[in-house]
Amino acid sequence: MVPTKHTLVALVEDKPGVLNRMVSLFRRRGFNIASIAVGSSELSGFSRVTFVVDGPLAMVEQVRKQLGKVVDVVKVSDITEENIVIRELALVKVKATSATRSEIIQIVDVFRSDIVDVAQDSLTIEVTGAEQKIESLLDLLRTFGIKEIVRTGCIAMTRGGAGTANGSTKGRDNEQTP
Amino acid sequence: MKLTGAQILCESLLKEGVDVIFGFPGGAVLPLYDTLPQYPALRHILVRHEQGAAHAADGYARVTGKVGVCLATSGPGASNLVTGIANAHLDSVPIVAITGQVARPFIGKDAFQEVDITGITLPITKHNYLVLEVESLPRVIKEAFYLARTGRPGPVLIDIPRDVFLEQTEFHYPQKVEIPGYKPTLQGHPAQIKKAADVINNARKPVIISGRGVLISGAFAELKQLAEMAQIPVITTLLGISSFPESHILSYGMMGMHGMAYANMAVDACDLLIAIGMRFDDRATSKVSGFAPNARIVHIDIDPAEIGKNVRVDVPIVGDVKRVLVALNKLIPPAEHIDWIHQVDEWRRQHPLVVPRTSKKVLPQYVVHKLYELTKGEAIIVTGVGQNQMWAAQHYWYDKPNSFISSGGLGTMGYGLPAAMGAKVGCPDRIVWCIDGDGSFQMTLHELATIHQDQIAVKIAVINNGFLGMVRQWQQLFYGKRYVATPLTCPDFVKLADAYCVPALRVEKKEEVAPAIQQAMKHDGPFLIDFVVEPEENVYPFVAPGTALSQIIEEPRKEVTAWSQQSTP
Repeated sequence: MVPTKHTLVALVEDKPGVLNRMVSLFRRRGFNIASIAVGSSELSGFSRVTFVVDGPLAMVEQVRKQLGKVVDVVKVSDITEENIVIRELALVKVKATSATRSEIIQIVDVFRSDIVDVAQDSLTIEVTGAEQKIESLLDLLRTFGIKEIVRTGCIAMTRGGAGTANGSTKGRDNEQTP
Repeated sequence: MKLTGAQILCESLLKEGVDVIFGFPGGAVLPLYDTLPQYPALRHILVRHEQGAAHAADGYARVTGKVGVCLATSGPGASNLVTGIANAHLDSVPIVAITGQVARPFIGKDAFQEVDITGITLPITKHNYLVLEVESLPRVIKEAFYLARTGRPGPVLIDIPRDVFLEQTEFHYPQKVEIPGYKPTLQGHPAQIKKAADVINNARKPVIISGRGVLISGAFAELKQLAEMAQIPVITTLLGISSFPESHILSYGMMGMHGMAYANMAVDACDLLIAIGMRFDDRATSKVSGFAPNARIVHIDIDPAEIGKNVRVDVPIVGDVKRVLVALNKLIPPAEHIDWIHQVDEWRRQHPLVVPRTSKKVLPQYVVHKLYELTKGEAIIVTGVGQNQMWAAQHYWYDKPNSFISSGGLGTMGYGLPAAMGAKVGCPDRIVWCIDGDGSFQMTLHELATIHQDQIAVKIAVINNGFLGMVRQWQQLFYGKRYVATPLTCPDFVKLADAYCVPALRVEKKEEVAPAIQQAMKHDGPFLIDFVVEPEENVYPFVAPGTALSQIIEEPRKEVTAWSQQSTP
């Protein structure tokens, strides 16, 4: 099955307004962004952006090509079909009483996540992983009562030696396949 | 030696080969205007509204192939450029718009005449810049011109704060640009070109659709070679008009909403569509699901994002049209499509472009036809938007590249006069006629003052039907003839032109049409003719929106004369 969620990674020049240029394009063309995460890259003056885009393949292709036209965008790749590592970080503040605290800690251990803050009536959990892992943890925690969730959005990288959306050429392949 | 930002801008414009700037001064650009007299090689043409500056730069760019330059102050000056920039963006016209901005310490403070013009123009420019250090000004200008004219051309805006114009630094103009994220694909992929050649060589009923990309790329000769070698009918989009000589035996005119019936029929029936430098706009394709239902599609375009955007494509080739055609033509042996050509010719005989034989008032089609005859088809025609534009597209036949200048994508009423002004400045030796509607003309007619002040010899034909004609036509056909907000009470255009010191005539009879045009052409300078025409004349053929290209509404009247494209005047 063709996944409807696509992961796109872009290498962009770290210039004022570059994020605005990209996000404005999504808004204007009616593309739906599920998440976006931005940070500096290994190259000085360049940032790497991970987009998760929801929609049919033809739309995602348009997203990729339109992003490629943004002058400050050096390269865009759709890495959905590649062998990739995807990670997201979430902070979850969950209600906890003396009766439930230990049970929550057990769950947190199973998920190999961390308790980063403890208060009288709550625990704050830091969890890292692919989206499904975070969703599963959240499902379990919901029974205790979730007070707050903050998520970073996904970041992604291809496995192995090959780089993810780097190098000097833009994602402007010559449309060899329709 | 140190130069000011204003001097650096002027020096850089000269390095880019700029010879004319269409502009309007104001507070934020005063330091620049104060510097302009030091650079007499930069001719400044004072427009009467900044929209006119952008359209003039656009018209200039379309006829010359060079980058057009417009200039405005901050705030309202900059925002008045917006329509003109959007127009250039949709039609891929290379212009550089320079705007003043409030001084750096005032940015973001809602200062007097401050607007965020880089934010506003983000979706309607190819790229834009806010220059915060004078040291970066030469690089920015170099990049702006490079971006505007290369790849798929488009508008680039440079916003310069007032105090940057005053700051001084050493001037070094960069030799080349380095933009890591900008590498347009120029050469088509050989395997794709081979695939395209295979389908072309196996097609029985091929059609070429030629768009503005052919003109931008200068692929006039290459297109002609392909068409002649493989004997393929050539149809153009609205903006592709003049990319292929319309007097050529393989020319079948314009397709689309008001295209020739036989052109649309050929597109509908073809088994191979070779789309060159066009983007399948909805006014060209009409209902996409009913578009060229039997055809495989080869799409050649420099912009990869246009491939597959609106229609499915079988053989995409990303690259510069001219380079792709040069490579492709090597793989195309001579071929014949006699049966197919006969078929399309037969459609042309059965469904020609027709004009009613009788009318009370002058027919607008007749005016355009007479302009064609009397200019021997050699004028540059610049149009407004609406019925006037469609009649100008249909009834004048264009043989020379870049001789039909029109606002296609944005459909900007008011484009005509300022764009004609830019075209005449760009090609002073050509005859430039602006064919405009009474509605469209009134949106920017203040530029009559500009063409008088600078003696820009634009000839203006106002097709005056007392209506916003195209909207009226839709109201007639789709809204039960309820003419809401379309009847116009126009000023006396002759008196108005007189007030602007532009000589003018009114024409109300058929026999006055030709002498008036001759008088206008004899006059050395701008001239206006107010053609009072049949008020409720419609543009036919017509493909109603939302229907397939094959569902053509033709001229309903019976008493008609057929004008063939090949008929010599």
